[in-house]
Amino acid sequence: MIDINPFAVLSDTVSPALMQTFVALMAALVAAGTVFDLLHKKSARYFFQNARRNRGDRVLDTGEKAALAAKTVVVDWLAAGEFCNARRRLAHLLTMYGFLAYAISTVVMVFAYPTPDTQTPALWPMAWHLGAFLICAGGIWFWFFIRVDVSAEGHSPFRVVRADLFVLSLLANAALALIWSWLQWSGSEWTNVALGLYLFSAMVLFGSVPWSKFSHMFYKPAAAYRKRVEDANGSRANLPAPADAASTLGSARTPPSHY
Amino acid sequence: MPTFVYMTRCDGCGYCVDICPSDIMHIDETYRRAFNIEPNFCWECYSCVKACPQNAIDVRGYADFAPLGHSVRTLREEDKGTISWKLKFRDGREKSFVSPIRTTPWGSIKPPGEYERPSPDALKSQELAHEPDALHVDKLPAMTSKRGAV
Repeated sequence: MIDINPFAVLSDTVSPALMQTFVALMAALVAAGTVFDLLHKKSARYFFQNARRNRGDRVLDTGEKAALAAKTVVVDWLAAGEFCNARRRLAHLLTMYGFLAYAISTVVMVFAYPTPDTQTPALWPMAWHLGAFLICAGGIWFWFFIRVDVSAEGHSPFRVVRADLFVLSLLANAALALIWSWLQWSGSEWTNVALGLYLFSAMVLFGSVPWSKFSHMFYKPAAAYRKRVEDANGSRANLPAPADAASTLGSARTPPSHY
Repeated sequence: MPTFVYMTRCDGCGYCVDICPSDIMHIDETYRRAFNIEPNFCWECYSCVKACPQNAIDVRGYADFAPLGHSVRTLREEDKGTISWKLKFRDGREKSFVSPIRTTPWGSIKPPGEYERPSPDALKSQELAHEPDALHVDKLPAMTSKRGAV
């Protein structure tokens, strides 16, 4: 099952052009939703206002800025280095790399190998299935055990609030993708029901950007870069400089779960 | 002087929720970021400010007595056992100082839960829990009555 391109099989009943239009529409929804979010919440205005306020006493040259940008990409984005909690960091990495594999392989399979006439290399369907599985693994771990509402606030894992829109729709989309692929492979009569739910969850995930946390994947790296610039230019967002003392005591942080 | 949260720095880890003695730091239901649910009840203890691993929490002076760009920010480094402070006054002066969180390694002090449970008779004593042992003395002076009872 995991080495079969489910979109090529689907092309028997749905035209590849329709599938490609749907994927393009989802991408357009994300772009439009992010721009709307940016304007509506005035995030960009705040970002540049803050940058002006925290100029610091050193002017960074282009090389330094490029080095900070590279560090942001490698440490803060690719390795999710901003997280202070190792479990959250791992769950985030699972979900993030799962989503990247899932999204990229979807685009490649729908646009490059949309029919059985063009043989799909096994790598792409395997990346698609593995990506969806990683999203489910990281998402379920986060949802039931790591989510701050559960771990620090002590709420039930089944309490749903608007902040859950992104993670829930992503989880539903990845899980329904796997279910649809399995039903299609086994020749079940429920395949089209699963396909309908899969497409609906995709529309919720990509169409709810202004109301969900989806766009954090664009904002967070920008905020992490800004933080590095503020540390380098000396403003440090008004924070004191690190103490001139040796690290001798180790860290005593315990998980924040004393509710 | 209630606390507020820089949304771009907060990662919703929950340390401030855990430590707030007023139970007013909570997680927002829309963005899953921390926020102060009742600024009027904040007593400026700075617990959340120090506990935040992302330094995302700041304290805002009320506009009627502390406007115009003052700030009091802290940096807690538990590996060094220090809390650094930076005070910025309205006239532009800045003062910085460092104070110790503790001078002994983490875990070297026995928490109360690990002590033996005191006997009911101990409640009648003038001594507090674990005295005099915890003070490293043999005996503490105590008032005695004419009848000799302690």
